[in-house]
Amino acid sequence: MFNEPHPAEVKVISKRFGLPNSASIDTYLAHEGYQAFLKAVEMTPEQIIDELKLSSLRGRGGAGFPTGMKWSFIPRDNPKPKYVVVNADESEPGTCKDRLLIENDPHQLIEGCLIAARTIGCKLGYIYIRGEYRYLIDIMDKALAEAYAHGWLGKNIKGTGLDFDLYTHSGAGAYECGEESALLESLEGKRGVPRIRPPFPAVSGLYASPTVLNNVETFCSVPAVLRMGGQAYADLGTPKNGGTRLLCVSGHVNRPGVYEVPLGFPMQKMIYEVCGGIRAGKKLKAVIPGGSSSPVLTAEECDFPMDYDNYARMKTMAGSGGMMVMDEDTDIVKVALRTMRFYAHESCGWCIPCREGTTWLRKILTRMDEGTGRRADIDLIHELAKNMLGRTFCPLGDAAAMPTIAFVEKFRDEFEARLRETVVPVTSPDQLIAIG
Amino acid sequence: MTFSQATEKKLQDIWSRYPEGRKRSAVIPMLMYAQDEVGQVTPEMIAEVARRCEVTPLQVEEVVGYYSMLNKERMGKHHVQICTNIACLLTGGEELWQHAVKRLGIGHKQVTADGLISLEEVECAGACSWAPCVVDGYEYHHHVTIEKLDQLLDSIQKKVQ
Amino acid sequence: MSTPVTAPPALVNFTVDGRPLTAPPGTLLIDACKRAGIEIPAFCYYEGYSLQAACRMCLVEVEKMPKLQTACTLPVSEGMIVRSETEQIAKARKGTLEFLLTNHPLDCPVCDKGGECELQDMVFRYGAGESRFTEIKNHAPERQWSPVVFYDPARCILCYRCVRACNEGMGVGALGVTNRGVVSEIVPNKVDHLDCDECGACIDICPVGALTSNTYRYKTRPWEMQHVGTVCTHCSNGCKTTLGVRNDEIVRGNNRDRSGINGEFLCVKGRYGFDFTANEQRLTSPMIRLNGRLEAVSWSKALGFVAEKFKSVLAAGGRFGVAAGTHLTNEEIYYLAKFTRAGLKSSNIDHQRTGDVVTLIDALGGRQDVLATVEDLYNTKAALVIGSDLSQQHPLLAFQLRADARHHQAKIYTVTPGPVREANYSASSLEAPAGEEFAALDKLTESLKAEKELVILFGDAIKGDRVRQLVAWADGLGIPVKYVCLVDYSNSRGAVDLGATPNLLPGYQPDPAPGLSLDQILNAADLAVFWAVGANPLRGRELAAKQAFVVAQTMFLDETAQRADVVFPSASAYEKNGTVTNVTGQVQRLKAAIRTMGTKTDLEIIGLIAKEMGLATVAGVWTHDAVFKEIHKNVHGYQVPLPLLITGMAAMTQPVNGGVKVDVRVDEIRSAGDTLFTSGELGRYSKLLTSVPEYPGALYKR
Ligand SMILES: Cc1cc2nc3c(=O)[nH]c(=O)nc-3n(C[C@H](O)[C@H](O)[C@H](O)COP(=O)(O)O)c2cc1C
Ligand code: SF4
Ligand code: FES
Repeated sequence: MFNEPHPAEVKVISKRFGLPNSASIDTYLAHEGYQAFLKAVEMTPEQIIDELKLSSLRGRGGAGFPTGMKWSFIPRDNPKPKYVVVNADESEPGTCKDRLLIENDPHQLIEGCLIAARTIGCKLGYIYIRGEYRYLIDIMDKALAEAYAHGWLGKNIKGTGLDFDLYTHSGAGAYECGEESALLESLEGKRGVPRIRPPFPAVSGLYASPTVLNNVETFCSVPAVLRMGGQAYADLGTPKNGGTRLLCVSGHVNRPGVYEVPLGFPMQKMIYEVCGGIRAGKKLKAVIPGGSSSPVLTAEECDFPMDYDNYARMKTMAGSGGMMVMDEDTDIVKVALRTMRFYAHESCGWCIPCREGTTWLRKILTRMDEGTGRRADIDLIHELAKNMLGRTFCPLGDAAAMPTIAFVEKFRDEFEARLRETVVPVTSPDQLIAIG
Repeated sequence: MTFSQATEKKLQDIWSRYPEGRKRSAVIPMLMYAQDEVGQVTPEMIAEVARRCEVTPLQVEEVVGYYSMLNKERMGKHHVQICTNIACLLTGGEELWQHAVKRLGIGHKQVTADGLISLEEVECAGACSWAPCVVDGYEYHHHVTIEKLDQLLDSIQKKVQ
Repeated sequence: MSTPVTAPPALVNFTVDGRPLTAPPGTLLIDACKRAGIEIPAFCYYEGYSLQAACRMCLVEVEKMPKLQTACTLPVSEGMIVRSETEQIAKARKGTLEFLLTNHPLDCPVCDKGGECELQDMVFRYGAGESRFTEIKNHAPERQWSPVVFYDPARCILCYRCVRACNEGMGVGALGVTNRGVVSEIVPNKVDHLDCDECGACIDICPVGALTSNTYRYKTRPWEMQHVGTVCTHCSNGCKTTLGVRNDEIVRGNNRDRSGINGEFLCVKGRYGFDFTANEQRLTSPMIRLNGRLEAVSWSKALGFVAEKFKSVLAAGGRFGVAAGTHLTNEEIYYLAKFTRAGLKSSNIDHQRTGDVVTLIDALGGRQDVLATVEDLYNTKAALVIGSDLSQQHPLLAFQLRADARHHQAKIYTVTPGPVREANYSASSLEAPAGEEFAALDKLTESLKAEKELVILFGDAIKGDRVRQLVAWADGLGIPVKYVCLVDYSNSRGAVDLGATPNLLPGYQPDPAPGLSLDQILNAADLAVFWAVGANPLRGRELAAKQAFVVAQTMFLDETAQRADVVFPSASAYEKNGTVTNVTGQVQRLKAAIRTMGTKTDLEIIGLIAKEMGLATVAGVWTHDAVFKEIHKNVHGYQVPLPLLITGMAAMTQPVNGGVKVDVRVDEIRSAGDTLFTSGELGRYSKLLTSVPEYPGALYKR
């Protein structure tokens, strides 16, 4: 399923989405499929990495780390087997793009993995798909079977002498398993608790072996980079922010959907042109720009070219590309509460500040929402979130703290309004004693 | 413990995906598919998966406790999951949840008396641009309205009659 | 032994709170600081176990690093500048404690851990005493997981120490973590109960009162106890145990100060098996058989009666037979052996032999430094276990090897009649029926030749000439080899070292007039006196000499006491000051923790008999100090450094064979086959041991 495309889109990785039978290998092969891999076979690993570096492709999973650099960290002289792992855990609230990539164009992902395998000298890879996406696992399994049948996976792929096996792996419901080291633990059959880093997956990943781990969209962008050439790909975006990416727009816009736009695409244009503006003629109140972990932007702040550097300048994050648009009627306290309920539910429980902090905040926010909050609670929410920030075992704690801090700082009046709603006028001295 | 032929084939297929000595990797997917057949995670299933994956039952137990899709209690034949996370919240997910709770008379992770339907308020299901969303088992329903939810529940309830 | 001279690794220079420090590369900052006296708070970090970085208490500022760093995972590096106590850090720690206390009960006064709780101490140090948390705390009921272990999820701070102690330290893996987030909790391996070694390590390592022991909980407060460091009396490994004593009652055992050869390791026997001392069947009065029944009499009457009998038998040239206990102190054994030979003019003295130390010492023919210490087992690059279920029979030695494998990647080889726990981490585990070990050893020869060094631990299957064969085989490996001859009891080793054998005088000097072995004594029809000192040789056996006068020094009315004509109630090892020698030949000091009214130490009883017989000058002074001095002076191999002993450490003996071949009576050497849950004569009097579901357990089972 996907929405109507918009003319302002630049379709690179989503260009096959509308084609009939777009998920089939025949369609893929008829539309440049696996050509980039054949090109990669002719290149040295260094050349491939150079192309990626030139493309300034940055990770689409959340942290935006330069992909070429990440791949270059794989130690060549390590005698251990190497692995390719695809992060298709997609559970960051607001994000629904990896799903489309697999549903509509699974072979593109396989080709991205093949190129990674060729680059690092790897024979085995896994696609970790969140358990809820069972139908996608079926689609992916079918595509993998096709790729095997056509000789694009398995032994001596297309006579190149390269071997590569690729399998799906089902998750079982845990946001934390999107975090790369927790994902690896989960892939090894354990609780999804992150690992101490360093070492990073590139050095010690799956089965303590060097591992390339990227988001679905990142892998899907790799064939395009090789096909177009790194420079041409980079030129689609802004300096140091190469190419295009999928933005998942949701909430109060007229045409929510997943749109592929170049990096640096103006946010105003996204909301008002591509997505047709705010529903029912309402006014914009705020945007959560990159998934629930990214700090909220007020309507006034929603006017900048959307690339990694500019998100950072706005003190928020490009994250996973999940843009949640909120109109003037939106209850920010409710949104803040719902966000914290999510993190409290998903905290793995490993470290104290995240485990206890998210739950405590959830409890206070619940009270605020129910109208029994106290004035001191507003500062307490802010302070507790600050006490989590930067002190937790993995970034989930930060992901819970950052948006909370922003909600309180930018919409303090809404929190205060919640207090006023419940002020009981004092009519007798007895009441004062009772309140204490 | 024995499984239907189809499930057994699936379990063996999963098992074969991981390198020798790394069979523990199969624990989570195996539990998922075994649960689909049995309807819940049972102690026997834990022991069976532990045996096949060369780990202790405790190591499987630890995993079962962690993942929210693995249920030790039996859920309904139709496990109806309603997302109320931000994007769905903004588009009526909470109203859908309230409606379902009222209509079925059950709450979060509870099952109707006839064992037909269970409800779960879930975290972001990955359908934000087509919110609000309801998932019946593994089947996604997008842009759900109260009418559409009623139709879904009607059709589930009618199927049995 | 010459160690090759290698350049010591260059030290790393770094600064903490302005103090320039150095440490070997790879040292974790938290350890480096600790060694310099800078304490960094930690809940989850525990030296020796895997890193967790879960509690976030150890955060420090490191220059050039934007975020606070966990000192427990950060190795020191050259030029690193660290600040461990700043306002930012104090705030972070206070904040974390405040988070922790949201769900932790604040009822310290009624908590079993009060007064020795790390959380309590930490809150005292960083504040966060008053809470801004006004919500309802999570609550879950307390659970009993075994006769010793209770778990209170509400108090658990999820530091995962217990899980690691069980998985890594014990190799058992009976504890895990279930659920997620704030409702996470620790779970036992059998859903609602534990199937494990019941060692209690999890309880001891828990920083808070989440895990408590049934034997101690709510009995007393830590500051109301005296803490007496002594040596466990159950098996031969010689773990130091610190007994918590109140009103002459032992209420708990642990070794949390990590002193002694075992660090804080203790098995179920060392930690809980002290309760036999308080068993109501303890004898507290001497008894004499009158008209076929044992009747309580005074000490002077019983002593006089025995002395008279001994004197008349001695005068008549009658035969004495003496069985020495394997739980006696070195001093008692030495004194008994001396008195038997010099006073009673007999060498008919023996003990229940469980390993062939004698032949090993002889086969090694005076080589030095070839007997491994407990510490060697943690440092050796390779070890070979023959014919013993080490985790069951020698839990400390097994613990050492496990730690060696974990920390130093040591290679462990086992050749045993059945499956053993060591197989879980061993380089090779072969099964061979008793008697067929050498065929299996041949298969290992090539791999072992490639090792840099080896410690061989062997059980009772290797005895007599097979010991010589083993040493010859090991010599052929061409690598340095050390040995441990496995014996069973707390002073089995002392018994051989100090002359409780019919053909060896103390220090392995040949007895010019060898006497009867234990079997021979029991079978001698003409025996006039049978004297069992802290031993129960008549359990399941008959004394051939129906007419023999039998004297038993014992804690309980055991089988030997039931046959006795006179019974003396003796003190236990926890009621004595003396020394014992463990399986590896290391001497340690016992310290009396309690007194049981009505009993005397075996040393005193022997001395008083000697005195009554008018042989006091022959036997010498019956105090442990005086006898120890004599041993230290006279017994070859026992010239151990005294400061070590006095400070409660273990001193290695250097036994050397006197050079004369002796008949070791191979058929009388056999291990008692005790498991983790049995303890020779003592186990059945420990209610705790007999109450665990694993009692008595079986060998060669994982
Ligand atoms: C709590 C948490 C959840 C995450 N979830 C996802 C996810 O669902 N999908 C994803 O691709 N990356 C996720 N990430 C980011 C990954 O850790 C990792 O950075 C990413 O997969 C790397 O791929 P990339 O370089 O291609 O972006 C998550 C990170 C955190 C801290
Ligand atoms: S029971 Fe104690 S040792 Fe175990 S995790 Fe909880 S607090 Fe830590
Ligand atoms: S001691 Fe470092 S995080 Fe717990």
